[in-house]
Amino acid sequence: MPGMVQGGEAMGMTVVEKILARASGREAVRVGDVVEPAVDLAMSHENAALVVNRFLEVFEGTGVAPRIWDPARIAIVFDHRVPAESPKTATNQRKVREFVAANGIGRFHDIRGDVGGICHQVLPENGYVRPGAVVVGTDSHTTSHGALDAFAFGIGATEMASVWALGVALNVEVPATIEVSVRGRFPDHVGPKDLILHLIGALGAEGANFRVLEFHGETIRSMSTSGRLVLCNMSVEAGATSGLVPGDEETVRYLRAEARVQEPLHLVVPDDDAAYERTIEVDVATLVPQIACPHTVDNVRPIAAVEGVRVHQVVIGSCTNGRLDDIEAAARAVRGRKVAQGTRLLVFPASARIYQQAVERGFVADLMRAGAVVMNSGCGPCLGVHEGALGDGEVALSTTNRNFKGRMGNPRSEVYLCSPDVAAASALTGAITDPRKGT
Amino acid sequence: MPRVVLALGDDVSTDVIYPGRYMATVLPSETPQFAFADDVEFNGRLTAKQVPAGSVIVAGRNFGCGSSREQAASCLQGHGLVIVAKGFARIFLQNAINLGLAVVTAPEVETSEGHDLEILADRVVDRTSGRSFAVEPLPRARQAIIDAGGLIAYTRTRVSRADTRR
Ligand code: SF4
Repeated sequence: MPGMVQGGEAMGMTVVEKILARASGREAVRVGDVVEPAVDLAMSHENAALVVNRFLEVFEGTGVAPRIWDPARIAIVFDHRVPAESPKTATNQRKVREFVAANGIGRFHDIRGDVGGICHQVLPENGYVRPGAVVVGTDSHTTSHGALDAFAFGIGATEMASVWALGVALNVEVPATIEVSVRGRFPDHVGPKDLILHLIGALGAEGANFRVLEFHGETIRSMSTSGRLVLCNMSVEAGATSGLVPGDEETVRYLRAEARVQEPLHLVVPDDDAAYERTIEVDVATLVPQIACPHTVDNVRPIAAVEGVRVHQVVIGSCTNGRLDDIEAAARAVRGRKVAQGTRLLVFPASARIYQQAVERGFVADLMRAGAVVMNSGCGPCLGVHEGALGDGEVALSTTNRNFKGRMGNPRSEVYLCSPDVAAASALTGAITDPRKGT
Repeated sequence: MPRVVLALGDDVSTDVIYPGRYMATVLPSETPQFAFADDVEFNGRLTAKQVPAGSVIVAGRNFGCGSSREQAASCLQGHGLVIVAKGFARIFLQNAINLGLAVVTAPEVETSEGHDLEILADRVVDRTSGRSFAVEPLPRARQAIIDAGGLIAYTRTRVSRADTRR
């Protein structure tokens, strides 16, 4: 794609600039331009109940009948409170179901053991997210989908109502891009979660606010889509509008082999002279397991600083670390052993499909024999709304992505965040344990 | 003159502003009762209607970080609160503008509970301490939405226009 000429100076484009240029019908865009990109995929979960209200409100008094711009481009996934914890939630879900049926929304994932799950896993594994797409979701971790070379960002319910009506994201300011260049091989028991926690600690909770993190380097090239989803998922914890991994062979492999996409794919890669706001270099060869300590995600320390902290509940799962490789790591670690007395191990796979695979491969049996409770796929304990809440004064260690005060349902408790390896090792001892030491 | 009713630090998350366990409540008419629900004292003052509309919450950087839940903006707007912060997280800022919650970015602001503030277009003046702080304009992409009176009103004009074009 030709670079654009501005003040006589040719400048290449980053991935997000290329995607936004294409989606808004322009040759080129640059940071700060205000554009109205066409939306390729619009995702909501239970909060679709609010989107529906707002959507109908838009048309009030206009004399125009409410009409969705393109029902085929809307995905709705029930995950936050499944199965419903209260009559109120169940009624909201019922209303959304009725709206889905009445409006012919195709990509609807109800509470099911075959196609259900957490939105940020259901979308990629069903091939809904494609390279070059503009994806919006009424969920802050919509950043996840940048792992498949898309520009994906979170919006509020009212903004989604506007997308449903118009098919464009309104008044988007083209964000600046920070290049994150990663090299080196991960040591044993260190992986993508440690890398992103390390980065969030270095950047701070708002270090990437209004910016995109574009991931590059040999470590990223050899990382699976599962790992890339972890990086992009948590990019928002540094404030990023989106995380993004430029498309490559792995993107194609995942979409063809796992998401079963057959259509042609058009990868978007940055120009060689793309204008990054800055570049952050990381070498993972010397990285150690990282822990985000209460009560902010950027309060990150090397594991040595918190080893031995007693934990009452260990949680493995969520849209961050509930994929098959995460569950496999946990199952291997606890196989033939027992979760410590006084500690609860809760495991919740990121999707029903992953749950089935974990059953077929015997991981669920390994976990259950060790004393883990394997819960249905959904958000569950991650936001502590209807299961897995903590007691006063209790401490949780979790592979989820947030540890804000009250996150796991109780403001008088503490949540530490870590990788699946650290979580599994710690479940066996009942205290934060370094998996590299063997237990 | 608007009074500061709550002064907070950096990184106040949406889990603090509107805890996740109340997310099944979505109607803007019902969310205000859960504003800062885990801060029993402040929530008590709000729900007892002891905080006049126009009162100010002052915060540090990255106010509203975390979830995209719109309840975090609607619950504050329902009490007529004004948020003056050193900075806002992206999604919260958008939600606030879309819903018409009054938000003011003043990167250097320093004040305390009980102080009286005068909020002007280009600065915030603390009448108690006599200090004055520059206001950063909102993202220019958002001005059209503010001018229209919020996102619903803005989208409504687009929907009716599209209809006449057809
Ligand atoms: S698992 Fe947690 S972070 Fe992921 S979508 Fe659900 S609530 Fe959000």
